[in-house]
Amino acid sequence: MSAASVISEGSGLTRRSFLRVSATAAGGLIVSLYLDPPLFAQPKSPAKVYPPDAFVHIKPDGAIVIQVNRLEFGQGVQTALPMVLADEMDADWSRVVAELAPAADVYKDPVFGIQMVGGSGSIAHSFQQYRELGAKARAMLVAAAAQKWQVRPEQCRTEASVVHGPNGQSASYASLAEAAARIPVPENVPLKNPSDFRLIGKDVRRLDSRPKCNGSLKFGLDLDLPGMKVALVTHPPVFGGSPKTLDDKQARSMPGVVDIFQIPTFRKGTAVAVVADKFWTAKQARDRLQIDWDFTGLDKPDTSQLSQDYKKLAATPGNVAVARGDLKALDANSASDRILAEFEFPFLAHTPMEPLNTTVRFDGDRAEVWAPSQFQTVDQMAIAEVLGLTPDRVTFHTAMAGGGFGRRAVPDSHVQREAAAIARHLKGTPVKLVWTREDDVQGGYYRPMYVHRVEIAVGSDGLPSAWRHVIVGQSIVAGTPFAAMLIKNGVDETVVEGISDTHYQIANFHVSAHQPTVNVPVLWWRSVGNTHTAFVMETLIDELATRAKSDPIAYRRKLLNPEAKNLIAALDLMDEKSAAWRKTLPPGHAVGVACHESFGTSVACAVDVSIENQRPKVHRVTVAVDCGRAVNPLTVESQFQAGMSFGLSQIVPRGAITIKNGYVEQNNFDGYTPPYIADAPLAVDVHIVPSDAAPSGCGEPPVPVISPAVANALSRLTGKRYKSLPLTAL
Amino acid sequence: MQTYTLSVNGQSKEVTVDPSTPLLWVLREELKMTGTKYGCGISACGACTVHLAGIATRSCVVPISLVGDRPIVTIEGIGQDRVGRVVQDAWISDDVVQCGYCQSGQIMAAVALLKSIPEPSDANIEASMGGNLCRCGTYVRIRKAIMTASQKLA
Repeated sequence: MSAASVISEGSGLTRRSFLRVSATAAGGLIVSLYLDPPLFAQPKSPAKVYPPDAFVHIKPDGAIVIQVNRLEFGQGVQTALPMVLADEMDADWSRVVAELAPAADVYKDPVFGIQMVGGSGSIAHSFQQYRELGAKARAMLVAAAAQKWQVRPEQCRTEASVVHGPNGQSASYASLAEAAARIPVPENVPLKNPSDFRLIGKDVRRLDSRPKCNGSLKFGLDLDLPGMKVALVTHPPVFGGSPKTLDDKQARSMPGVVDIFQIPTFRKGTAVAVVADKFWTAKQARDRLQIDWDFTGLDKPDTSQLSQDYKKLAATPGNVAVARGDLKALDANSASDRILAEFEFPFLAHTPMEPLNTTVRFDGDRAEVWAPSQFQTVDQMAIAEVLGLTPDRVTFHTAMAGGGFGRRAVPDSHVQREAAAIARHLKGTPVKLVWTREDDVQGGYYRPMYVHRVEIAVGSDGLPSAWRHVIVGQSIVAGTPFAAMLIKNGVDETVVEGISDTHYQIANFHVSAHQPTVNVPVLWWRSVGNTHTAFVMETLIDELATRAKSDPIAYRRKLLNPEAKNLIAALDLMDEKSAAWRKTLPPGHAVGVACHESFGTSVACAVDVSIENQRPKVHRVTVAVDCGRAVNPLTVESQFQAGMSFGLSQIVPRGAITIKNGYVEQNNFDGYTPPYIADAPLAVDVHIVPSDAAPSGCGEPPVPVISPAVANALSRLTGKRYKSLPLTAL
Repeated sequence: MQTYTLSVNGQSKEVTVDPSTPLLWVLREELKMTGTKYGCGISACGACTVHLAGIATRSCVVPISLVGDRPIVTIEGIGQDRVGRVVQDAWISDDVVQCGYCQSGQIMAAVALLKSIPEPSDANIEASMGGNLCRCGTYVRIRKAIMTASQKLA
């Protein structure tokens, strides 16, 4: 085993980067590149732990195993990042195997400094990183071949995991791997000219389809370990409650029940864990618990009361996010030239198809964890804290996840803390904590409820001359390590994003926010603030366009800042691609449009909607996207097609979490119901603006545009304006 | 506890479980066949869909005591069937899956649909697939893959 460690300046990266290369005992080449993490302070000791196969491992049989520093939960990163590395490396794609990397410093997001998926940053932040890794690996393989053949590296070329020499020589990467590992790591390597890309920019099918289609792929919930037990937890029905009395006699008497005990849970409450040999035993035992809860001193939220309170708050300005120009025009305007609009959005649950789960085995001085996590290093630290270990004593495996949408990126790691508390109680026994769907729907960590109040003065040209916007709703990041980065002047950016940074040119513009404290745990939900801000902005712009008797696309083009070139490009492309069908709509159909930029990606869509059985039927969506260079256009198409359905979660009739006297009123998919196939668009055609700019993400940006586009189409059909979601009545 | 003899993917399996145990948990925990997924436990999402005597059935609400001698086919076995294989291949060639967690159930529902209606309309698809949730929202490609499979089978 040889190992070399060097420190180099990453060519395209701003922070210090470290490159470490070693040959494995089995004769493979391993290349790892990691960056100094900026966000969370790192302990000075112990030394950083390096996993054996850091990023790429060339196996003697020619397989190329690439570690993905992100959770795969549908977004396609497990295919896209290996494409990037393999392209620069000229690896044989048919032999590439992708693995989800465990928690480790080397796999931290180069920008965020924690290992995570969020903010649609996987490709945006790791594109350059994976290109450099691939290019360095290739350079070392070429250098090894050149040494062997006594030629200069520039005389060699590479293709499909083979180095070719100037005189007809050739050698496979596998045969060169061991020698390559002894080559000094190049500090700077040239990256490919994009015209030479073989994979990047091509439609490449997912690597994980087959095992997902034949039942062989193991998600976190499918884990089975020798001697493993299953834990279910009864959580306090009001957030932060604790059992006053617990009668578990009946439950304990059931065969297969291992133990029943209390554990701390979120909001300083106490929950009751039931551990049994099997899920069904644990479920039946849990159903037999008799608990009298204590809610002393707890705020019992009620969504109908919150709605009234929020509307009252919205009548006064909050903490200021943007104050541009003045609002004189608004105050001077006659009533007929102004719009006053109030919007309301409910709490939303993420409900990923795979229920939340984490498996922990605690052996006293070490722990091993298997978790479908968007926040590996954060969850690893939380588990270590509960178990009284240092994080390096917690081996954290990233399990494939059945969706997430933000629900597996929880700053307080509450699921992992529960799992650790249970494992601590049952030292030596691997325990899989499962949240049932009921636990998930009732368990909080929702997209917050929001109220918007907007006053607009309309100028004689039909454009908004002054705009006062107040948003009321909980901060998502308050009290988390993200607060320092995301709360500015008392305003949580995730509450106002999409309004405060709008590309519409409104000279006199005032945006403020109230962020009340409410006893409901909240969390980011795919596209975060843009879930509600895009709806408000895009339906209001549509209302303004209608009022001005203007075409909604032309009106947007007129109002958009000419500097917003990407959004305008998306709007233009959508306009072009939908022009034919927009002109030939059948009777009873209407068009709705919306455009929005989020996470650096610009999106515009047009929808063809009719009303069937009192519900909107979306016959067609044409969507145009500018996401910089599209790494895998097939995935971009897929994200945008399916993201439209996800976005419609906001308007389906049972798309709301309501709370009465502290109790969540829905408890499964019968009460909180995301879109089924009949609720989804029949067809979605996706068009990508050609670009060679740095890539931006496509996980979240599909979501914001669809609900306002459908609402705008409905307004044309019914003459009504829709200002409260979900759309329970048209 | 009671002992049951089941026919799963053409093989005979014996399990000893509480009679109330849903077929889903017998498959997942007794037989270690985890391709059939738990999503809701109340037959509202379809992730647990298997074929029971050829009929697409929500295994999360069928107690093992009611299965009897009806043959069970799961996602692990559906590829042995011609229609099953064609549907799986269509799912792959049309790059349907995202997170993939619901797709076992989607495929089982699609196979049942194509066996009864080889050339389904949009309305047939909505009727047969109408209870299978995909939270990622892959419905457009599910429709496409069903049509791809239908054409392959014609």
